[in-house]
Amino acid sequence: MSSESELLAVTGKPSRSLLRLVGLMKPARGVMTAAILCICGFVTLNVAAPKILGDATDVIAATVFGAQFNTGRFVSLLLVAAAMYCVTALLSWAQGRLNALAVQRLAHDLREAVEAKLHRLPVAYYDGRSRGDVLSRATNDLDNVSQTLNQLLSQLLTSTLMVIGSLGMMLLLSPLLAVVSLLAVPVSALASIIVTRRSQKYFVRQWETTGDVNSLVEETATGHETIKLFNVQPAMAVRFAAHNDGLYAASSKAQFASGLLVPLMGFVSNASYVGVAIVGALQFLAGAMTIGGIQAFIQFNRLFSQPLGQIGGMAQVLQSCAVSASRVFELLDAAELTGEPAEPGVGARADAGSSFDARFDAPSGRVAFERISFSYRPDAPLIEDLSFHVEPGQTVAIVGHTGAGKTTLVSLLMRFHELGSGRITIDGVDIAGMGRDPLRRNFGVVLQDPWIFTGTIRENIEYGLPGASDAEIVAAAEASHVDHFVRSLPNGYSTMLSNGGEPLSQGQRQLLSIARARLSGRPILILDEATSSVDTRTEVLIRQAMHRLRSNKTSFVIAHRLSTIRDADLILVMDHGRIVEHGTHHSLLELGGHYARLHEAQFAAGGGELAAMPVRSAKHRASQGEREAS
Amino acid sequence: MLASLLLQRLAPYKTHVLAIVLLQLVQTGATLLLPTFNAKIVDDGLVAGNSEVILRLGAWMLVLTVIQVLAAVLAGYLGAIVAMKVGRGLRQELFDKIHSLPDQDVAAFGPASLVVRTTNDVLQLQNITVLVFSMLVAAPVMGIGGVILAVEQDFALSWIVFAIVPVLLIIMLLIVRKLVPLYREGQGLVDRINGVLREQILGTAIIRAFVRQPFEMKRFEAANDALTKNNLRSARIVAAMLPLVMTVVNLSSAGVVWLGGHRIIAGDMKLGALTAFIAYIMQILLAIMMAMYVLSTAPRAAVSAERVTEVLNTESEMVLPANTAGGMVVGPSQAEGLRFDNVVFAYPGAETPVLDSITFHAAPGTTTAVIGSTGSGKSTIVSLVPRLLEASSGSISLDGRDIAAVPLAALRNQLAVVPQEAWLFRGTIAENLRISLPSATDSQLWHALETAQAADFVNELPQGLETTLSQGGAGLSGGQRQRLCIARAILRPASVYLFDDSFSALDTVTEAKLRAALEPELRGATVIIVAQRVNTVVSANQILLIDEGRLVANGTHDELLGSSETYREIVASQLETEEAA
Repeated sequence: MSSESELLAVTGKPSRSLLRLVGLMKPARGVMTAAILCICGFVTLNVAAPKILGDATDVIAATVFGAQFNTGRFVSLLLVAAAMYCVTALLSWAQGRLNALAVQRLAHDLREAVEAKLHRLPVAYYDGRSRGDVLSRATNDLDNVSQTLNQLLSQLLTSTLMVIGSLGMMLLLSPLLAVVSLLAVPVSALASIIVTRRSQKYFVRQWETTGDVNSLVEETATGHETIKLFNVQPAMAVRFAAHNDGLYAASSKAQFASGLLVPLMGFVSNASYVGVAIVGALQFLAGAMTIGGIQAFIQFNRLFSQPLGQIGGMAQVLQSCAVSASRVFELLDAAELTGEPAEPGVGARADAGSSFDARFDAPSGRVAFERISFSYRPDAPLIEDLSFHVEPGQTVAIVGHTGAGKTTLVSLLMRFHELGSGRITIDGVDIAGMGRDPLRRNFGVVLQDPWIFTGTIRENIEYGLPGASDAEIVAAAEASHVDHFVRSLPNGYSTMLSNGGEPLSQGQRQLLSIARARLSGRPILILDEATSSVDTRTEVLIRQAMHRLRSNKTSFVIAHRLSTIRDADLILVMDHGRIVEHGTHHSLLELGGHYARLHEAQFAAGGGELAAMPVRSAKHRASQGEREAS
Repeated sequence: MLASLLLQRLAPYKTHVLAIVLLQLVQTGATLLLPTFNAKIVDDGLVAGNSEVILRLGAWMLVLTVIQVLAAVLAGYLGAIVAMKVGRGLRQELFDKIHSLPDQDVAAFGPASLVVRTTNDVLQLQNITVLVFSMLVAAPVMGIGGVILAVEQDFALSWIVFAIVPVLLIIMLLIVRKLVPLYREGQGLVDRINGVLREQILGTAIIRAFVRQPFEMKRFEAANDALTKNNLRSARIVAAMLPLVMTVVNLSSAGVVWLGGHRIIAGDMKLGALTAFIAYIMQILLAIMMAMYVLSTAPRAAVSAERVTEVLNTESEMVLPANTAGGMVVGPSQAEGLRFDNVVFAYPGAETPVLDSITFHAAPGTTTAVIGSTGSGKSTIVSLVPRLLEASSGSISLDGRDIAAVPLAALRNQLAVVPQEAWLFRGTIAENLRISLPSATDSQLWHALETAQAADFVNELPQGLETTLSQGGAGLSGGQRQRLCIARAILRPASVYLFDDSFSALDTVTEAKLRAALEPELRGATVIIVAQRVNTVVSANQILLIDEGRLVANGTHDELLGSSETYREIVASQLETEEAA
């Protein structure tokens, strides 16, 4: 635990993010240790085997120069070499598997941590930035980290150990030749630094221009219809071509610059090969080296200079991994919700304590807003000193212009945002003292944007009450006028919905979310523009059904259409964060203020004619009767 | 798919490609000759004890390495240019294609997917092109060259080479065949994870309100586990690949020393050939590894190629349908307004049409309102006029001319449409408005804003018309966006104005003012208004009542009140009179 908090403290720089990634591998400590041991063994054998083959060559070379052929030594050397190669392969295979296990576990845990984080972030976090960015961190960046780690980890370890091991062998064989080989190190280091610096610059520009292309395509594809209607394709195509050219220029430079590294490293490695061949040959003539020794040395030289070049190449991939990792960590480190009591009810009120839960098994639904204030930004107060209370079973309607603070009011009730001052109570208990989840279990919610996840219609309705029976689901669907259109679909309740609710229309999606809320059977209903996309005739039917549903529940209804809320027990008219009028439909009309003006605008046309209309729909009458009865 | 797409895209760069191939030949050739020179150093220099030969051959080797690096750098340069040009061309074509596609295709792909296709998928194709140039071209040269030079060094030993090459090829083939489906499946699983995360981010409020975080975590866990399992499976195969190949190669080099040793002792082979032979076997190994690397990245690129081709092969909307060119009389236009004659629209393959036999005439100077239930087909009527959708049968004419015979751009220039979803672009408010009429002056802009009841709030913005909007108009309220879109549409002089449920986000007071202000502005034009609210349509010259795709009633508000039960139900659902309560 303490190590985790340590890790959390390390943020900011990409290089630090890499350290933190390594730190996250701690759970796979055992696996990684085994992998590193395998790599050590692999490198040792891999470095030793050429030496053995070189010795075998020397046995032959000796015969060329006239010595007796030592068959026994020759055979045993070859057998040892072959055995070493087999063990090498086994070790390499084992380390590959172990590495994969560690990396995949890390990626899995990281994805899980990010997802869990999404549920702990305050709602305000999503308000503050583009959802695309959050999504991109959770998907693209995370994917990049896991893919690069997968590629890099074992390569990096192997290469580093290989460089060290072969250097040691070279020093052992011939210090002079080793110095010749080492000449390659500063040259290749310098080359890779220069190339990496340059290409880094172009890579940054490449990602920037990719971002430009990205957002232009996203924007124009989303606004496709508008672009066609106003014939803006040519102008947009010109803009796109400019971004596209920028991307081309940056990416071809980046590609060329980074591509330089491979031939340059190859050149350095070849040049040192030539150097070793010449100096080695002269050494042989001077009697300081054997032919087998030279042959082995040439192999060590390769084993030394190739991974050296690879490490240079990996630096770039590492850089991109670090950038992505720091973006993921930024998300993971974002401030979380505060004020969550360890246990529900604790701290709500000193005397409320344990009796709280019992009471909330069947809360009566008395809600009071007491002198609350709230603002999203300190300099722009949105809601100031607002109070009202709702009796159990009452329906409260909130009307007012867009931006008046209607939705904010219900999100304060659900604790999506925290109050600036004042308090909200349910059955006399301050909601600030309840856990958010226990609090929210009291609400059945339908929002303006119906949220449908990829799954069947049945699963989407069941979301309101996990484990509901089919009969309960169908009953909720029938009451919400979902059943008849679901039955007209070929697969009925098993129809798969995707892409936010396709193939249902916006109105049908709203009906579906109403069915979900209805099924939940929660004591307090929140309907935020729940029927805005449903045509008015269907809405009447839903309203009747809702009316039945609401009879013993406290409800909060937000709507533009006044017809939706006219039978509410209490109508709050909001303007600029204040309640400017409150009362019933009738009392507000009589008042002749804000509400009356809204009403007039909406019903001015045809109201009189309708009054004179003799025919009234049977359904409509039914709803009137019901309302009177209740 | 991948190969044919790349071949087709590379066709314009034939000379470049040829040059790259030649340069790769040179650089691989140079690399291949190095061990031969080394063998000569051993045989003619070391064994003969001639240091002059050693230095001369060494100098030649240096020259070779210089040639090699020059050729490689030049090939890399040309490769980068060609690959990036291919990418640029693909992106531009995709962009142009996207904007020539019918609306429903764009919606079917989805903006997110189109973005990924234009950037990430094209990037994958660019990368594989670079790889093909740098590795796939060099690999066969290096492999075959290695075989030839090995045979040349010592023919009797070369059966080892002929034995290991097929073994290596078989190993490679088996592994690639196992990996490809795994990679493909993995790609799908990544998509699934992204989909779940996307839904969770969009549904934060509902998920928390229903306290379903545990369910969501479980849903994610399932996807996460599946992906991890898949990744582990492919990683295990990759982990086995290298050791297998290395074992084959290393054991064969031990075999070369064994057999070669005996041949040298028998005097059939020179000592230098042994070292060279081992070096060539290493080269062959390198060639096979390179090919394997390219082939293992191919599955991902192949998926990208499919996704890109899918967009490019989708049919564009028709500028002028071929079959109308002959029989149509493209006469001079008369101010006749908009006429629907027996128009049917059905989505391909659908059993029931969305619109069935719609006939009406909207004359200039009149307002036609369209009302009906959700999903009744109202918006489809609006989409047919600018030919965002093409009528399945029947004809639509504008001022006496069949709209199918008018080029799309000319047709759309005659129309001003406020779509249901108010969409604004990144840029200033003024830029957004001028999309409709590029030549508009500031005073024209303000006039349109005033009519649309948007002047007040634009005025209150610190930068007024020059206020920069973010994408989609985020930061503005739904009502403000709608009003800006209305201002944008009425800015242009058009013969038909279409409003598709464009007042839904406005409160009723604002809507009433807006409609009153619109009336004198649009006098003389044909106006079509799709609406949900009765008070929006009540003053229209004619109201079309659409129910399940059919025109069930047509008349004024008063006429329909008398004749249509459905209309009365709609009215009743919205206008509840005091005495009824």
